[in-house]
Amino acid sequence: MTLAITIGILVAGGVYLMLQRGMVRIVLGLLLVGHGANLLLMSSGGVFRRELPLLQFGWGPQTADPLPQAFVLTAIVIAFSIAIYMLTLAASGSDDDTEEAS
Amino acid sequence: MNTALLPLFVAVPLLAAGLLLFVRGPLWLRRALLLGPSAAAMLAGSWLIWLTRDGTVFAHNVGLWQDGIAIPFVADVFSALMLWTTALLALVCSMFAIATGDDRQTYFSPLVLVLTSGVSGALLTGDIFNMFVFIEVMLLPSYGLLAMMGVLGRLKAGRIYVTVNLLTSTIFLAGVALVYAAAGTVHLGELAGAAKESPMVAVGMGVIILALAIKAAVVPIHGWLARTYPFTSPAITALFSGLHTKVAIYAIYRLYALVFDGDAKFLWIGLVAFTLTMAIGVMGAVGEGTTRSILVFHMISQIGYILLGVALFTELGLMAGIFYLIHHMIVKASLFLSTGAIEHTYGTGELDRLGGIAKREPLLGLIFMGAALSLAGLPPFSGFVAKLSLVIAAVDDAQWTVAAVMIAVSLITLMSMLKIWGGVFWGKEPEPEGSDQAPVTAAGNGAVDTLTRPKIKMSLIVPGLILTATTLCIGLGAHVLLELSAQAAANLLDTSTYVEAVLGR
Repeated sequence: MTLAITIGILVAGGVYLMLQRGMVRIVLGLLLVGHGANLLLMSSGGVFRRELPLLQFGWGPQTADPLPQAFVLTAIVIAFSIAIYMLTLAASGSDDDTEEAS
Repeated sequence: MNTALLPLFVAVPLLAAGLLLFVRGPLWLRRALLLGPSAAAMLAGSWLIWLTRDGTVFAHNVGLWQDGIAIPFVADVFSALMLWTTALLALVCSMFAIATGDDRQTYFSPLVLVLTSGVSGALLTGDIFNMFVFIEVMLLPSYGLLAMMGVLGRLKAGRIYVTVNLLTSTIFLAGVALVYAAAGTVHLGELAGAAKESPMVAVGMGVIILALAIKAAVVPIHGWLARTYPFTSPAITALFSGLHTKVAIYAIYRLYALVFDGDAKFLWIGLVAFTLTMAIGVMGAVGEGTTRSILVFHMISQIGYILLGVALFTELGLMAGIFYLIHHMIVKASLFLSTGAIEHTYGTGELDRLGGIAKREPLLGLIFMGAALSLAGLPPFSGFVAKLSLVIAAVDDAQWTVAAVMIAVSLITLMSMLKIWGGVFWGKEPEPEGSDQAPVTAAGNGAVDTLTRPKIKMSLIVPGLILTATTLCIGLGAHVLLELSAQAAANLLDTSTYVEAVLGR
């Protein structure tokens, strides 16, 4: 439940930021939505399973599923690199990060 | 065939890209490294088509890891056809980029190679999460290429492009999470038919298909395409048009056939969305004034046609759709390259500022006309076979409205091809312009004085010529590709060979 609420808040905040005019806010919004997606991916493995996923400790119903965690790691790296690139794009070129209403 | 060779489609371009970062040496060596992998991939693709033409499916677990842990690579005739076309386009667009001098930018060649590597990976992979990763591998270099090459306004276009694609990828990722939560796997072999049985999986896959539809620019989420593609260099536009949206289309075909097992109860959504895509895309082109923006709107319209194949989900429909997909990739790139040759030489793609090129450049005129007629669907080009079989498939399925819209849209397509033809190739050459009308959209790396009007270089014409000749050949010898498409369609309708190949090791 905590996770569901957190994902909801992250996505809501992200969508709000993405609807703003400035590029930097859009980047921040995308980051928030990205974290929401990552948490969703995390929870898809079942958050109640907390034991170490190492064969020497045995494999039971409480053993955590390592696959979604690997997915999340990959996704974080990709989102991170694109976020850096987007910030570069926001810094170069004309400045559309203004408060003025059009 | 030794299936361990399949990952080479991904590895070779990546390796060449890495080498290109170190090789500062002679230009011919860099060019050989750019063209070599694509040429090799084309040969390998032909071989793969030959091996898979009877419906065989090859599967390989990368690194020989066991199922469920390994990255599965799967090739059937559909992916083989796509791989071949991808390689052809990469080769031809690279030739064009060499002719325009785009490749003199240090990072141009490595980025293009990484892009083709990502495309091949996305076409071959047999699990949804790796599809996400390979689509990212394909997109990351495109972000660079879009912002690096091209005309004024490319940074703004780059911002839109990256934002849309990152959001779409996030949606895709959320879909992967939902599918994993519902089915406990992302392996396509294990997911086969899962969405038909479990509504939960269907919801997750629905989210993934939505993300793919955004990437394919299906109406009503097509606006980003028209606002980004015209702003990079012509070679890159041609490459993007041939590869990016088409990977998404391929994935929609594959996933709908495999995971939904062609479930008939969702097909009406596709029929409505793709018919609208056809109609609205072509209408968007009416108001545009430059060659590339007209062509980009046509692309949206054609995407509707291609995807109708999967929305009909009959054997005939799938076959027509796959045939259309291959035909479209080639023809669209040809159009972008021939108008790109003009844009590069004359420094503008605006219809008002061009004219009379058919007289000056008869060969280029022929190339453009061939490709344009093929796009509109006139014999003897491949577009005729593609459209005809698609219309027959729609009529066969009693989708009269869809068939009628298809024919009407072809007519409008022909009209707006005539608009480019009339504006660029026929008519008078415009008067030399005064300095007060400084070229606004002049290509950054090829702007020339419109007064002098140089001849278009042969090396700029040849790439378009190759592609138009290909569409003519496909049109004249249509039965070869039709048979291959029919086999690909059969593989999509009966997924058991695919599933067996992926799981059976």
